[in-house]
Amino acid sequence: MMHAFESLQLVQSGIAQLAYPSEMSNSVLAPYLFVSAAMFAIGLVGFLTRKNMIIMFLCTELMFQAAGLALIAFGRHHLGADGQTFVIFVLCVAAAEAAMALALVVLLFRHRESLSASAWKELNG
Amino acid sequence: MMTSSLLSGFTSFTNTIASPATLSDSSGGHGGAADHLVEMVSHIGTGPKWVLLIVFLPLVGFVLNAIYAAIGNKSKLPAWTTIALLAVAFVTTLTMFLQYEGTPYTVHAFDWLNLHYGEKSFVANFSFYVDKLTILWMLFVTGLATLIALYASEYMSHDIGTGYCRFYAAFGLFVFSMSCLVMGDNLLMLYLGWEGVGLCSYLLIGYFYKKPSAVAAAKKAFIVNRIGDLGLALGVYLTFVHFGTVEYAALFQNETLHSYINAAAIGDFSHIPAEAQWIALFLMVGAFGKSAQFPLYVWLPDAMEGPTPVSALIHAATMVTAGVYLIARFYPIFLVSEHALPIVAWIGTITALLAATIGMAQFDIKRIMAYSTVSQLGYMFAALGVLSTTGAAFHVLTHAFFKALLFLACGAVMHGFAGQLDLRKLSGVSWMKGWGIVGVTMLVGCMNLAGLPYITSGFYSKDMILAEAFITPGYRVIGWILVVTAILTAYYTFRVYFRVFLGPQHAEPGDEHSDHDDDHSHSEDHHHDAGQHGDHHSDHFHPHAPGWAVNTVLIILAACSMLAISLAYIDKAEHHGWVGSMVAESTASFHSPYAEEAHHAHVEHTTAHAVAGPVGTLAPSTVFGMDAHTALILISGFGAIFGVLAAAYFHGPKGWQGLFIGGRTEADKCRMDGVAKRMGPIPRLAENKWFVDEIYAMIFVKPLRVISHIFHWIDKLLLDGIVNLFGFLPRVFAWIIRPSQSGVLQGYAVSMAGGLVILLFVVIVVVMRSGGAA
Repeated sequence: MMHAFESLQLVQSGIAQLAYPSEMSNSVLAPYLFVSAAMFAIGLVGFLTRKNMIIMFLCTELMFQAAGLALIAFGRHHLGADGQTFVIFVLCVAAAEAAMALALVVLLFRHRESLSASAWKELNG
Repeated sequence: MMTSSLLSGFTSFTNTIASPATLSDSSGGHGGAADHLVEMVSHIGTGPKWVLLIVFLPLVGFVLNAIYAAIGNKSKLPAWTTIALLAVAFVTTLTMFLQYEGTPYTVHAFDWLNLHYGEKSFVANFSFYVDKLTILWMLFVTGLATLIALYASEYMSHDIGTGYCRFYAAFGLFVFSMSCLVMGDNLLMLYLGWEGVGLCSYLLIGYFYKKPSAVAAAKKAFIVNRIGDLGLALGVYLTFVHFGTVEYAALFQNETLHSYINAAAIGDFSHIPAEAQWIALFLMVGAFGKSAQFPLYVWLPDAMEGPTPVSALIHAATMVTAGVYLIARFYPIFLVSEHALPIVAWIGTITALLAATIGMAQFDIKRIMAYSTVSQLGYMFAALGVLSTTGAAFHVLTHAFFKALLFLACGAVMHGFAGQLDLRKLSGVSWMKGWGIVGVTMLVGCMNLAGLPYITSGFYSKDMILAEAFITPGYRVIGWILVVTAILTAYYTFRVYFRVFLGPQHAEPGDEHSDHDDDHSHSEDHHHDAGQHGDHHSDHFHPHAPGWAVNTVLIILAACSMLAISLAYIDKAEHHGWVGSMVAESTASFHSPYAEEAHHAHVEHTTAHAVAGPVGTLAPSTVFGMDAHTALILISGFGAIFGVLAAAYFHGPKGWQGLFIGGRTEADKCRMDGVAKRMGPIPRLAENKWFVDEIYAMIFVKPLRVISHIFHWIDKLLLDGIVNLFGFLPRVFAWIIRPSQSGVLQGYAVSMAGGLVILLFVVIVVVMRSGGAA
């Protein structure tokens, strides 16, 4: 009986420990932000340098996820649910946006038989 | 006072004459001068509803003809429909005349405008006022409309299937409008009819709308009439403002108006407000426009571009007398205006003389008749001005018959000779086969217009006007001018007759069937072959003699012209003839004390009575020691004969046809040619209408055109410039920043990233600074 009761208490304390974690220290937070910044930079550079529209789109996705990662990291850091909730929204929007964007890319390809963004240079002012 | 300052030019003669209404009522014992009017309108009854038929039957004709036009009728059905409806309207008018019991009445059709606000109200219903003046006018309007519709059924027969329905639709609408004008029981109905006849006049002058001159004439008539109509509109407005009503019954029962009339009768205009005096002046302008008086007469001669039946009905017999009707109907209003009637008298006289001089030098017979119409309308206005509403109404009536007759006879000639109207190219028409009736009836018309003594009705009506002009103090100059005009009238009338209808037979056809769609000639059979037209003209031209409809109408009108003589003798002792008895039982009734006096002198050969005028006691007028009526019968009678003899001498053919004094043997040569050469520029000036049109063009049209061009450029440069500037500025701005839209996707991304970097940099710097500060 006693054993069973103690083990239950242990489980309960473990759950409690999971449900109410302590704040993340800055040193733990930093690597997450570093990865996020790296992903964003890779995405940005990719977007600026590549002309293939699908690649460019993937780069924007990369920047999205970088921002999402930073949000989750900060959310964990501050022990708030806002950041994570927000990322769920971002993922939803990103999914819808991916469908739209890829459809647009397909249509643009049909017009020019090319995926290059420079094929649409005549849309200037 | 406003009027006297504006019209100071007239004071020189208004001082010397008895101003029109400065008359003591010598008809004796009635007290106030307004009594007759009060008696006239004091018990206005309600009339029978069938009177409405007169107005609405022509409207039915209009609607039916419009339907015929829509379904493309190609027969004479429109003509017969119109004739039948108008005949019923005429019979109804005749019944209205015979059943009239001496008191005016109104007939209500339906409520039109019925506005009440506070104490005041504005009522103008679609209802009709019938007194003897209405009946007089409606009798000849509906009667002549019926006859002329019959004439037109033949005259317009070349247009069957094209314009026939349109012609009769406008014809019906015209009679409807004219009935509204004459019969309406308020000024707004009169205005409605006034504009309606103007519209129909426009439509019918422009009937041959493919002919540029017809279109121009229609526009001219419409625009010139606008000027007059503005005056009428202001008059109606001012009537309402001053008297608070536009209904005849209420207006003529108005106590204020009665007090004005009584004041005017003793020559005291100082207590009549200027506003009330201006009403007559504004209405007068309207009358001048519609009745083609100087300076607004210029549209009427051009209106002859319309089909001849239209010229006869609208531009000679009925519509143009609307101005006379207006002044006669509102005679009480005119009497209370110090200057209105003298102006009417002088304008009428000037118009009569001016138009007669122009008519003498024209070669187009229809134009001559047009100018004679203007001239005779001048007589009517002069009659109104010299206090003879009876003379004016009588002359309207006789003129309606003989001028319609003259126009229709000229129209028959025009119809038969392929549009030829030049009197130099026609001669001896009376002697051609089938033209006898036209020749005889034309002679009757010419005698009436010339006013040959005793045997013509035109003589009696004109003589009445001339006598009144001599009788009324201060108007003797007008009388003499009108006598001279009467001589000129006789001359130019018989100039046409001697040249076109008498003498050696000669006819050059007009050019109507080659270049106009107004095809009155007999030439359908040549129509397919335009190349041979010239040959057909000279070798095979046969005049197209008038048929039974034209001849019947001409005979009826000639008979009416002659029978009208009897009107001068009916009721002569009491009212100066039948027309006088009609006018006496209407609002136009006015007993000129001068005329009464002269009448007594004429009847009793006594000068016992004297009339007290503002410039002392005036003896009854005498001319050359005789009383005015006797003297004028002699003067105008001999004047007319002199005019005819002059025409015979200068234009008459050799032999008995030229009364043994003529010497013309060819169509285009006469004694006048030589005389005209010696008269310098005068004949040419008169032929060119004294360049009045050109002077108007110089004074009014050109400056207006210059001003409109100036405003056009102000609009174009200044106003459009400002608007365009606001449109231009964004374009300049866009032009500056447009290169930033390169179309290179990476370019945009770089600028976005660059912007982000700058933003971050700024944020970091600010944060560092504040962090540093903290």
